[in-house]
Amino acid sequence: MRERRTAVEIVFDGATKQYPGRPTPAVDDLSFTIPAGEICCLVGPSGGGKTTAMKLVNRLVELTSGDVRIDGRSVRELDETELRRGIGYVIQQVGLFPHMTVAENVATVPRLLGWSRSEIRSRVDELLDLVELPAVDYRDRYASQISGGERQRVGLARALAADPPVMLMDEPFGALDPITRTRLQKELLRIQGEVRKTIVFVTHDIDEAILVGDRVAILREGGRLAQVDTPERILARPADDFVAEFVGKDRGLKRLSLTTLGEIELDAPNGAVGPSAGAETTLRDALSLMLSEGSRSLVVIGADEQPRGVLTLDRLSELLR
Amino acid sequence: MTDGPVIPDFGKASSCVAENRLFCPDWVRDNWGSVLQPAVVQHVKLTVIAVAVGFVIAFAAALLAHRHGRFERPFSVFSALVYTIPGIALFQLLVPFTGLSILTVEVALVGYTLLIIFRNVLEGLRSAPPEVLEAARGMGLTRRQTLLRVELPLALPAIVAGLRVATVSTIALATIAAFVVPEGLGRPIFAALRDYFKTEIIAAGVLAILLAIAADVLLVLAQRALTPWASARRLA
Amino acid sequence: MNTFSGALEFIVDRRELLLDKTLEHLVLSGAALAVALLIAVPVGVFLGHLHRGSFLAINLANVGRALPSLAVIALGLGFLGFGFTNVLVALVILAVPPILTNAYVAVDGVEAEAVEAARGMGMTPWQILRRVELPLALPLLFAGIRTSAVYVVASATLAAIAGGGGLGEILFNQASYRVEGLVGAALVVSALAFAADLALGGVQRALTPRGMRGRVSALEADVTRAGTA
Repeated sequence: MRERRTAVEIVFDGATKQYPGRPTPAVDDLSFTIPAGEICCLVGPSGGGKTTAMKLVNRLVELTSGDVRIDGRSVRELDETELRRGIGYVIQQVGLFPHMTVAENVATVPRLLGWSRSEIRSRVDELLDLVELPAVDYRDRYASQISGGERQRVGLARALAADPPVMLMDEPFGALDPITRTRLQKELLRIQGEVRKTIVFVTHDIDEAILVGDRVAILREGGRLAQVDTPERILARPADDFVAEFVGKDRGLKRLSLTTLGEIELDAPNGAVGPSAGAETTLRDALSLMLSEGSRSLVVIGADEQPRGVLTLDRLSELLR
Repeated sequence: MTDGPVIPDFGKASSCVAENRLFCPDWVRDNWGSVLQPAVVQHVKLTVIAVAVGFVIAFAAALLAHRHGRFERPFSVFSALVYTIPGIALFQLLVPFTGLSILTVEVALVGYTLLIIFRNVLEGLRSAPPEVLEAARGMGLTRRQTLLRVELPLALPAIVAGLRVATVSTIALATIAAFVVPEGLGRPIFAALRDYFKTEIIAAGVLAILLAIAADVLLVLAQRALTPWASARRLA
Repeated sequence: MNTFSGALEFIVDRRELLLDKTLEHLVLSGAALAVALLIAVPVGVFLGHLHRGSFLAINLANVGRALPSLAVIALGLGFLGFGFTNVLVALVILAVPPILTNAYVAVDGVEAEAVEAARGMGMTPWQILRRVELPLALPLLFAGIRTSAVYVVASATLAAIAGGGGLGEILFNQASYRVEGLVGAALVVSALAFAADLALGGVQRALTPRGMRGRVSALEADVTRAGTA
């Protein structure tokens, strides 16, 4: 079994990409840090340069000026194919090799790196289990024989195969139906809990960014950084009108979806009666419940089926201020 | 062109042959070893050499054109030009240079395979979906690795399709080779033409057709074996 | 090289003979093509319209390609004897497959959405065929006619062995015309084939609706693959 590699930090340092003949840069003086082991979502309007910025990391797009550093080393130092073999790359249409089985697809980078046959085999099985595609069923199937959601899981497994410290994901769930998309977003978070990679995740969907990201970087048109911070702080204190507009007028509600009932301080139950909800319910769903039941309070039920506390509308409002 | 007996040996002259009826099985039986089988073997040899050489040339040209697009037009035009020249004419035009030899025949036959193989190989190489190529590049495959491990395997169906057409066409065309050199299934046909001996014409002609069909079937089987993922899609 | 200059001399000196034979050649080829068109186009178009008989239509091209033209002409000679009409039959047999296959693939392959829209607008099947399917199918259909025409011109050189006349009569007659004559005739028949290809290519381009112009070469590639189901 190979040693697990620890995650590393990614630093954008004045990174700029200017295509010749275009009036403005695609990425303009981008500077921020992604701490090791975090998912950073790059969001922004179309043409905002988020995909370009991501591709600066694995040099699918070359820097015009400035630098991008992985674990302290500039991406320009390594030969580009070597660099890419150390970075997991997931794209929207997946790009599974149609002529290879699932197992062969996943094994691609380890084969390039010269792993032994048995190492590859056990690694493939391990990864297929990680993405919840039982190896015994899926190993020998072809891309044309599995569904879109399953294909993207294979894509994920393939990107993780050589245990890269860094992953780049370009709108990976964009081509899936909403139900599958939600499922895979949760899957990703679960997997991240197990493997802890540093992930750059591009999306145009602010809700996805808030759900998935430990950190969110908003790029405005022209590839300039508008704000980078945790989802909570961006929603609470948008840096300017553009960001406020981008996250939407319902940012207050969005903030509520970030926390569950079990995570906040509640008033004592005191035998209160009325509508109730479990501690794992988000504040947003709790608010929705209160409004539809016409109640100003909600009883929170713990895992032991006993009331843990009470949430009032006033308390909710306080939390948002 | 001198050739084998049109009428079998004395004393056993069958009436069928003497009356030049449509088809005399006993003639075929009697002359299989001396006339027909050698012709088939020669025919196969001519075809295999022509398709093999043609494939090497056209494949290399297609790889080049895939890498550097500007080579496509010249080669395409050249091979189309050769393809348009009628068979007998091409043979005749080569004779002053390469004489009445197998070389003349092979040069012409090779020439006719170039267009179809070139087109199909090139098209096959271009058929790889863009997202597959992007994933390959992003994963760190070099250009050469992408070509060998992704583009070429995916091009196989088109390549084999081109080989099928080229092989079948060459088998048909090789019958005319006998115009230049007494080889192949054209030889008995030309010989039989002098006396309009129907059985020999029909036997040789049918053999040529059967040979082509056999080659076609073999190549289809080869393609199925080489591309398991395409069959999977059919069943899916 | 003497042979070639000799061949050119031959062409100039015996131009009446060559003109004569070329005319015979064209008449034979043209007749065969015309008959083949009469047979193959309606059948192919109707099958394609009904989306029926794909196995037959596509494998017909395979079979057609496998038929050695020499054998077919020789067989025609064997079955039907000597003479123009008999060779004509053989040539028609050779000319039909590419036209039929292309006619089928062309009409069958018209975008389903276009046909669907036409049906939704209330066109009868006959109107759909005439106004939507045929115009869209024309480029590929014509590619097949062009392929067949060149093939017929080439095969007609063999017609001489069965009394069909044409430039083959010079090509097969080394005794009378010597090598220079044969090479000269070879040059003429090649030029004929090129001329036919270019002329029909021009017509094909003219027939291609402007919106589909860029895809013509892709269509041509389709033809060669269409025959390999």
